[in-house]
Amino acid sequence: MITKDNRAAYWKDNLRLVLICLAIWFVVSYLFGILLVDPLNSIRLGGYKLGFWFAQQGSIYVFVVLIFFYARQMNKLDQKYDVHED
Amino acid sequence: MELKTMTYIVVGLTFAVYIGIAIWSRASTTGEFYVAGKGVHPVANGMATAADWMSAASFISMAGLIAFLGYGGSVFLMGWTGGYVLLAMLLAPYLRKFGKFTVPEFVGERYYSQTARIVAVICLIVASITYVIGQMKGIGVAFSRFMEVDFATGLFVGMGIVFIYAVLGGMKGITYTQIAQYVVLIFAYTIPAIFISLQLTGNPIPQLGLGSEMADGTYLLDKLDQIVTDLGFREYTTSPNGNMLNMFLYTLSLMIGTAGLPHVIIRFFTVPKVRDARYSAGWALVFIAILYTTAPAVGAMARLNLTNTIQTGEVGSPTGNLVAAERPDWMERWETTGLLGYEDKNGDGRIQYYNDADADFAKKAEAWGWQGNEMTKVDRDIMVLANPEIASLPNWVIALVAAGGIAAALSTAAGLLLAISSAISHDLLKGVFAPQISEKNELLASRIAMAFAIIVAGWLGLNPPGFAAQVVALAFGLAASSIFPVLMMGIFDKRANSAGAIAGMLAGLSSTLLYIFWFKGWFFVPGTEMLANKPENWLLGISPEAFGAVGALINFGVAYIVSHSTEPPPEHIQHLVEDIRVPRGAGASVAH
Repeated sequence: MITKDNRAAYWKDNLRLVLICLAIWFVVSYLFGILLVDPLNSIRLGGYKLGFWFAQQGSIYVFVVLIFFYARQMNKLDQKYDVHED
Repeated sequence: MELKTMTYIVVGLTFAVYIGIAIWSRASTTGEFYVAGKGVHPVANGMATAADWMSAASFISMAGLIAFLGYGGSVFLMGWTGGYVLLAMLLAPYLRKFGKFTVPEFVGERYYSQTARIVAVICLIVASITYVIGQMKGIGVAFSRFMEVDFATGLFVGMGIVFIYAVLGGMKGITYTQIAQYVVLIFAYTIPAIFISLQLTGNPIPQLGLGSEMADGTYLLDKLDQIVTDLGFREYTTSPNGNMLNMFLYTLSLMIGTAGLPHVIIRFFTVPKVRDARYSAGWALVFIAILYTTAPAVGAMARLNLTNTIQTGEVGSPTGNLVAAERPDWMERWETTGLLGYEDKNGDGRIQYYNDADADFAKKAEAWGWQGNEMTKVDRDIMVLANPEIASLPNWVIALVAAGGIAAALSTAAGLLLAISSAISHDLLKGVFAPQISEKNELLASRIAMAFAIIVAGWLGLNPPGFAAQVVALAFGLAASSIFPVLMMGIFDKRANSAGAIAGMLAGLSSTLLYIFWFKGWFFVPGTEMLANKPENWLLGISPEAFGAVGALINFGVAYIVSHSTEPPPEHIQHLVEDIRVPRGAGASVAH
């Protein structure tokens, strides 16, 4: 049986996790790839300018890692609050 | 073997494989696969989602746009991948828990209103038709090239094939066909990229090759920056797409739009479990990222090769340019499609390709006897298909790319057409206006809707309001401004009610449509625009493609204010929202 308190606590933890993930999502794309692209471009990563690299490569790699991280953490939360399927 | 024959063989073979798999999997799993997804692993579902989602815009158009926009093209790369993060965290698991058949069905139940459902159908149709126009442009390019006819003829042939393909229908629902399409598409995309990366940098991995040194010891990107600025173009790695606000909103529109596109969302209804919905989004992004991290290399290397092909020697020297009579075969082949054009303006028998829109550089060029840019037409949508020809790769590679482009365009167009026709037959007719309709008539209605959608999209595709990827960007803007906000509010705000949702969708959709039509012409009809489509006229420099993010904000704002100033939703709806927030109790996935 899922209690009301349990439900609320689960939802709160879930929102916290989503916020953390979306903060990282924002930083690698909008911040590094767009807003701070000029200063970052003065740093080089091999033949890449760093800001350009985040915009065309780095942000995408981070997105992939983020989703798997989120899915893993959510599975743990599901177990912890006993709201998982089956 | 001759290129044309080779192309017919490769394209024919891939079609045979798709049809073969469709027949085989139909026969072997009868009935069982209608209980959808039971056996579909998240990895397989992710791969199929990737094929479904990567369209002519991703395959044919995007790298070409990046080639000419440089850094500004990043909006497509970040926008069309970052949306999966939103999808995985904000929508997919909850919509899976809810377990319904279509997106309007969710909207109708969550907002306990048939009106809301109808408005959602309208939003879905507007966004999807716009999306199909973009596909038609891509299909026209692919067919005109490989049949060596002009663009319009290629488009008509493509329309016919899409119609047959989509009406056969079954194709779409079968995950294994889509997996085959993904395999064809990804090989077709990466093999030429690997060849070209090897040729230019000696590194076989395009993602690394792009950051590597060329034979002469300079970094490829530095070299590219230099040769394009030498011809008066903007520096490749730093030229933005409009101002910073525009880049920001453009990226945001594409991300929100990705998470709001109905034909992508419904894929997550079919996975076996809520936890699979989360992982499925991750796997889909892995398979998409393989293409998306290769695309910047394809774009940059195509630009480099194209520029070097025409500017064979020192800029400004009388013998530094390609002799027109000796121009490579691929140029002549593309000229027959009308998508590449050359005109010897100064009558010197050589081709000058430079930025004559830059007044200072044009003046300098005049002193060399250049009288304007002579590449009068370089349609950006040809770059990916022409790329292996420009790099003189073997014919089978060129043929493979054509097959890949067609696979990408067909799979997405068919998926979208099914989304449109099911919205009309299932949501509008069966759900609202004619609940008594027989199954046979429902099917008939869906086919008529499909044929109608193809004709409208094909007609508009003849005079598309932009390059394929830009038209598709408009569709994402429309999905972002109308569908995503109501879905997210429906899950995250218990207080959101029907009045708020309806007002929000209408406000978001109409403001975005108005802004697009204002600059692109009413219903995209050329000549009816209210203001010329250029940055000086745009509100704060926001391009029509980027406006979807603003529309989404309007949608959220209106929905929030209206919801919180009217009656809260009934008790059972609030329970429903609480229920979709936890995974436990998710039923078996719905049949698809």
